[in-house]
Amino acid sequence: MQNFIRNLAQENDFQATRLLKILRAVQAKYLHIPKQAIEQLALMLNVPRTQIQNVVAFYSFFHFEPRGKYDILISSSITDLMVGQEELINYFAEKLGVKIGEVRADGVVSLANTSCSGMCDQSLAGLVNGYAITKLTKPRIDEIVENVNKQLPLENWSQNLFDVQDNILKPDLLLNQKTTQGEAINTTFARGLMQTLDEVEKSGLRGRGGAGYTTAWKWKFCHEEQADQRYIVCNADEGEPGTFKDRVILNSYADSVFEGMTVAAAIIGATQGFIYLRGEYLHLHEKLEAILQARRDANLLGKNILQHGFDFDIEICLGAGAYICGEESALIESLEGKAGIPRNRPPYPVVSGYLNKPTSVNNVETFLAAANIAIHGGEWFANFGTAKSKGTKILSISGDCAKPGIYEYPFGVTAQTILNDCGASDVLGVQVGGPSGTFISNDEFERKIAFEDLATGGSFIIFNNSRNILDIVHNFSHFFAHESCGFCTPCRVGTSLLKKQVDKIVEGHGSAGDIVALEELCQIIKNYSHCGLGQTAANPVLTTLERYPEIYQKMLKKISYEPGFDLDKSLEIARRMANRDDAHAHLAQVED
Amino acid sequence: MTNKKVKVATVSLAGCFGCHMSFLDLDERLVELVEHVEFDRSPLTDIEHCSADCDIGLIEGGVCNSENVHVLREFRKNCKILVAVGACAINGGLPAMRNHISLEDCLNEAYVHGIGVENPQIPNDVELPLLLDKVHPIHEVVKIDYFLPGCPPSADVFWKFLTDLLAGREPSLNYELVHFD
Repeated sequence: MQNFIRNLAQENDFQATRLLKILRAVQAKYLHIPKQAIEQLALMLNVPRTQIQNVVAFYSFFHFEPRGKYDILISSSITDLMVGQEELINYFAEKLGVKIGEVRADGVVSLANTSCSGMCDQSLAGLVNGYAITKLTKPRIDEIVENVNKQLPLENWSQNLFDVQDNILKPDLLLNQKTTQGEAINTTFARGLMQTLDEVEKSGLRGRGGAGYTTAWKWKFCHEEQADQRYIVCNADEGEPGTFKDRVILNSYADSVFEGMTVAAAIIGATQGFIYLRGEYLHLHEKLEAILQARRDANLLGKNILQHGFDFDIEICLGAGAYICGEESALIESLEGKAGIPRNRPPYPVVSGYLNKPTSVNNVETFLAAANIAIHGGEWFANFGTAKSKGTKILSISGDCAKPGIYEYPFGVTAQTILNDCGASDVLGVQVGGPSGTFISNDEFERKIAFEDLATGGSFIIFNNSRNILDIVHNFSHFFAHESCGFCTPCRVGTSLLKKQVDKIVEGHGSAGDIVALEELCQIIKNYSHCGLGQTAANPVLTTLERYPEIYQKMLKKISYEPGFDLDKSLEIARRMANRDDAHAHLAQVED
Repeated sequence: MTNKKVKVATVSLAGCFGCHMSFLDLDERLVELVEHVEFDRSPLTDIEHCSADCDIGLIEGGVCNSENVHVLREFRKNCKILVAVGACAINGGLPAMRNHISLEDCLNEAYVHGIGVENPQIPNDVELPLLLDKVHPIHEVVKIDYFLPGCPPSADVFWKFLTDLLAGREPSLNYELVHFD
């Protein structure tokens, strides 16, 4: 092991910023991060041992204890639950002979739940040793179980299991463009860098991750900041449940995205770029590396790009299972090899980002749009959309509809139009923008996708009338409690309390005061949390409580307060150990 | 303040009596307090059960066993206002540190495998309350009206809280009373 770690550290130039990459390799080889590896890395990278432990503890894909040789994770997003995730994972566990969350005694296989893996249009999805598997059904699960029990190497498994579809069902402005390599770069230099920045400003392009900050301003501020180095970062940590458009863009439009990054780098004066690719998209890694290499070979990256006297290269950094790393300052921390804990802002990343240098972090779709704007000009783009939301938005449509997949619309499209196009009927409501977004009821389908109405990073999950609102809220509140980074108390403690309180009501232990307590808790989490995660974690409860108060009220069975846990059951261990079953050894759930 | 004395009951559940000791730190103010307050069930009076018309119940400590549940329910039933006093009542506190260890391991360590244990056996007399598998804050078992933070809350906190209530004001603790660093 010592040699392996030494070589690994050496390959990564003993840089602590590469810690995630190093740990991913250690995890893959030893199925966990051994103590010895942590000790050795601390010395070789010159960082405290505790900092490495912190990173291992923080990311879901790193473990202190060995996982199975085949580590299987099953996505537990709401769209997975809608296709019977619970039944299927139980079936899987039973067939494998392993408990969910545990490693089989022979060490061959482990099985666990994971947050949304970005395959919501081809659920049930999961990961085997980090590689995406899709459309899991009982026969496909049987096949996997057989492969595992035979200990068949992953490369000999039927490729069909790893098949990931693009499902582009409605291309528009951006997805219809066929661009040639270098076109955006050449046009940009021919027009002039600042003139191109003006075009981007004219286009009205706003960040596609969901927050909607004006892209040109970000680049301008980054450019204007005095510095010896600046960075461009592509945020491909698409973790919002229900979003998968960046996966498709990177699979089929990667050249344009890289071109957009290169144009942005030229404008702001960066020579180094990063793609922060979520760990769940490991299956794209090799392909993207090959595209980057092809671009280097074609002088679209590297030194003196296309003879314009400009150097730039892009490095891919893989995440390790942390939703919070989609927040730009947490992402930067993660790029630096640390736990993804959001920074205090200001200073904003455009002033002090990666290694405290000015850094522009933009979404995958933003770069795709920027590359096309560089070619066609700002007006071409601004002709589409609404007053405050120019251009088109690429949506990830999933849930109860006939045709889930990728749909591109000019901003301003109504929810109803989308529902018609994707074949959704008998609709109860739609979760727009993922769990951190808004739940709209079927009275609100004339509302528009736009920053001035329904802002979204792209997630659009449809629920029909057979679904239970509280199941959705239950799933989302568990999601946030799991993904809270733990830095600030309102979010760390608040999301756990919220989960408990929702569980209490869903499980039928709620009484008169519990909804009031729930609402108070939501306000505390929303108003006092450090970053966007906490500030939006209560949205699933707040938006549904506003629209369907009666559904919550119906769950309240009693006037008098009832504990949120089973009192009598909590005496069971003591009863068994004391060998008692007398009247005093029991408790009533509610006082008579 | 009215002429009729306000009835106050107090108890320590899974606590250390530190909050009660802190209450006694009211010192000479106790003299003024008893002009307006009458103590009902409390370790201070040795009265065993609450009268039906208690006004204020002060609860120290969390809920760790079945007896705690019964006592807490008696307080809730008989007190108009129920107050969680101190860290253990509010969060489970020190006793809740056992929540990270299974109850089975706790009992085995204490009564079976522990160093120096003679005649190892799990106590099983019917007189003994059984332990809950986890220690809970009291608001998870009954409805609580007010929370007095601190480990323990200072005598000033008790004084401010009780005098506010006696004067018919909504109790409010200013920052100096509830910051601890």
